[in-house]
Amino acid sequence: MTGLRYVYAVCRPFGAALQSQLTGVAGDPPRLLPHGGLVAVVSHVPEADFSEEALRAHLEDLDWLAGTARAHQQVIDALTVVTTPLPLRLATVFRDDSGVRTMMEEREESFRRILDRLEGRVEWGVKMYVESGADQAAGRAEPAPKPATGRDYLRQRRRQTRASDDLWSRAEEFANRLHETLSRRADDARLHPPQNPGLSGAAGRNVLNAAYLVRRDVSEEFVEMVDRTKDDAPGIRVELTGPWAAYSFAGEEGTGEGA
Amino acid sequence: MTVVERREIALVDLLDRLLAGGVVITGDVTLRIADVDLVRIDLNALISSVNRNVPSPFGD
Repeated sequence: MTGLRYVYAVCRPFGAALQSQLTGVAGDPPRLLPHGGLVAVVSHVPEADFSEEALRAHLEDLDWLAGTARAHQQVIDALTVVTTPLPLRLATVFRDDSGVRTMMEEREESFRRILDRLEGRVEWGVKMYVESGADQAAGRAEPAPKPATGRDYLRQRRRQTRASDDLWSRAEEFANRLHETLSRRADDARLHPPQNPGLSGAAGRNVLNAAYLVRRDVSEEFVEMVDRTKDDAPGIRVELTGPWAAYSFAGEEGTGEGA
Repeated sequence: MTVVERREIALVDLLDRLLAGGVVITGDVTLRIADVDLVRIDLNALISSVNRNVPSPFGD
């Protein structure tokens, strides 16, 4: 099969075979392209769908984007079972194998540095939500009587505002404490922008959307730490995702707090 | 607080990582994904994470 080369990840050589039923983003099984002591994981994709122009159109199509993202993730997931992959951004495409080799040659040193930093580590996602309705509930603990005077009205308003402010400042404090605690168990952390509820379909307002780079051997402990936050605060919900390949830590900078 | 859930990967979590994470390399064919104008779908939250002001970690 000819076509373009879609690159999922770069890894150090690994002995194990990839799952045989694994299909790539365009149904072509990913294969290994070794070069200079590293391995690129590559599959063939049709130019009709992955040329610059075609991609530009496809990426505006949520169904196509979702399918491609899930296929990409499946390959990365399979790699995570056998090695520590350095994932590439979605839709990194080259004209042919030699284009991929040239890229690997240019980046080799940097790839090695990042792979060293990620070795034996996974990413955990932690999101914190303030439950929807919690702020209104806090603001209207008891149904307020119709204010008799302007002063009553202002007093009521103040009380409502204060209760709502309390909730948000408690939530902020909770988020800070959670992030601090989890960061201590992690080698690195990144803050993603809060998710839009319209996209995530999640109830409540997302106030923390963090990723933590955690050693595999302390991951169980990390997950337990997240679980233990359970009963800490009413009106607050914490969600854990992972383990992911270290997508959020694939950049060259190993700085503490990202974004 | 309620349960910590682990379920099927939500698309939005996946896109947080695939569109904003991963090594950015300009392939010799494709545009950088940051240059894509996701106009036809409401991806405001994602677009803010696919931030075209954030330079590639490799500076290209």
